[in-house]
Amino acid sequence: MGVGIEVTNLNAWYGTNHTLQDITLNIPANHATALIGPSGCGKSTFVRCLNRMHETNPIARVTGSVRVGDLDIYADAKPVQVRRRIGMVFQRPNPFPTMSIYDNVASGLKLNGYSNRRVLDDIVEKSLRNSALWDEVKDDLKKKSGASLSGGQQQRLCIARALAVDPEVLLMDEPASALDPVSTSKIEDLIFQLKTQYTIVIVTHNMQQAARVAEKTGFFLNGRMVEFDSTHKIFTNPSDKRTEDYITGRFG
Amino acid sequence: MTRIRFQRSLDELKENLLVMAGLAEQAIQRAIEAYRVRDLSICDLVSRSENAINRMERDIDQAALDLLAMEQPMAIDLRFVLSVIKINADLERVGDSAKSISDRVRNMEQMAMADLPVDIPRMATLSAEMVRKSLQSFIEGNAEIARNVLTMDDAVDAMNRAAYKALTKVMEEQSQIAPQALNALMISRALERVADHATNIAEDVIFWVEGDDVRHRKSVAMQKDSNASAPSGI
Repeated sequence: MGVGIEVTNLNAWYGTNHTLQDITLNIPANHATALIGPSGCGKSTFVRCLNRMHETNPIARVTGSVRVGDLDIYADAKPVQVRRRIGMVFQRPNPFPTMSIYDNVASGLKLNGYSNRRVLDDIVEKSLRNSALWDEVKDDLKKKSGASLSGGQQQRLCIARALAVDPEVLLMDEPASALDPVSTSKIEDLIFQLKTQYTIVIVTHNMQQAARVAEKTGFFLNGRMVEFDSTHKIFTNPSDKRTEDYITGRFG
Repeated sequence: MTRIRFQRSLDELKENLLVMAGLAEQAIQRAIEAYRVRDLSICDLVSRSENAINRMERDIDQAALDLLAMEQPMAIDLRFVLSVIKINADLERVGDSAKSISDRVRNMEQMAMADLPVDIPRMATLSAEMVRKSLQSFIEGNAEIARNVLTMDDAVDAMNRAAYKALTKVMEEQSQIAPQALNALMISRALERVADHATNIAEDVIFWVEGDDVRHRKSVAMQKDSNASAPSGI
């Protein structure tokens, strides 16, 4: 099951550039939360701080606290442990091109020491079923490489790979922006199903997508979170003029 | 400022709705005038304007539908387009009420004048004032004026109830002028409906400007009051 995320006074820098400023919010468990805002507003940096990806850049720095369930990810855990609990899916599907479909999904498990073939088979099947890809690839699991799949299938393969290590949170950074409308719709349906089991945070430029899949939405601008509220409120009657100006296309 | 074309389309939609509003307001004023002076030529004008109002209703709905489909408006723009669609329907019904009044006037014109215990001109003035103010609130995007319209509806409702009581008594006691009383009753009812449409328009303006859905608040509050005063166990 998913867990809630409690972010308190989060600040992030790239060198001297203060990219996130005093972000405080509570992301509810087992819901989808969308983050919107113009390019460069800090929303991608924010999700990268939620699984300690931000600090992989040598000039990056973070202060503040991120609590995922009962775990303070900056005080109590190593980055590898954090990323096991918090999976991430990126804008462009990035399957391991030389690995089979099966090995793509099993790769994280093998890195974590799983070797029992039957256990691996079960988890690979379950993950592919949860990512709505099983029926399309079950006959080619070991025959085809991840790179041989279509863009939409590759993205669902990456979701299966993230799910295989049994995370509690799934971060998605514009997961459908490189996909056609049919593949996008499949990803959105998937998010709808997955949020019953996982806490999902999705960064998107597509406001209709945010409105369709998320119960909560946060609007970022210039490194600050301007407004965080129910998606319904944000898209029908936002409290802040800047949110309204952005979602109605008056700037951005 | 981005989406300039979209903003222009919203402005055009507003302008077209105001033209429609002008026609509906004119129709109701003409119908009232036709009643006052019993002039059938004015009734003809009302009938003709009804056709124009119906055409505009379809055009405005189509333009609003196009904006929803093509531009996917959000927040205040979405509320604006939704309000336009609903105000459009209310204005068309104001036109229908004007037609209905003018039909009654045609009918009454063939009968002898009767002294009826109902002040239709006063009721008409108040209903027309509500339409005018609700449209002013739309033009100015002013929720305060719209709220003021909501407070006027009770007076028109009370007048309609009083007219019903007085005119049904006339029908019972003075059968020779019962047809005139029936026509007056139907005009009173049409004017009460015009006031209801003005109220709807005002509620839509408040929703557009503030995002606050104020519909049925009075009836919900009344329901709560009656529930609170009901003895337990009932």
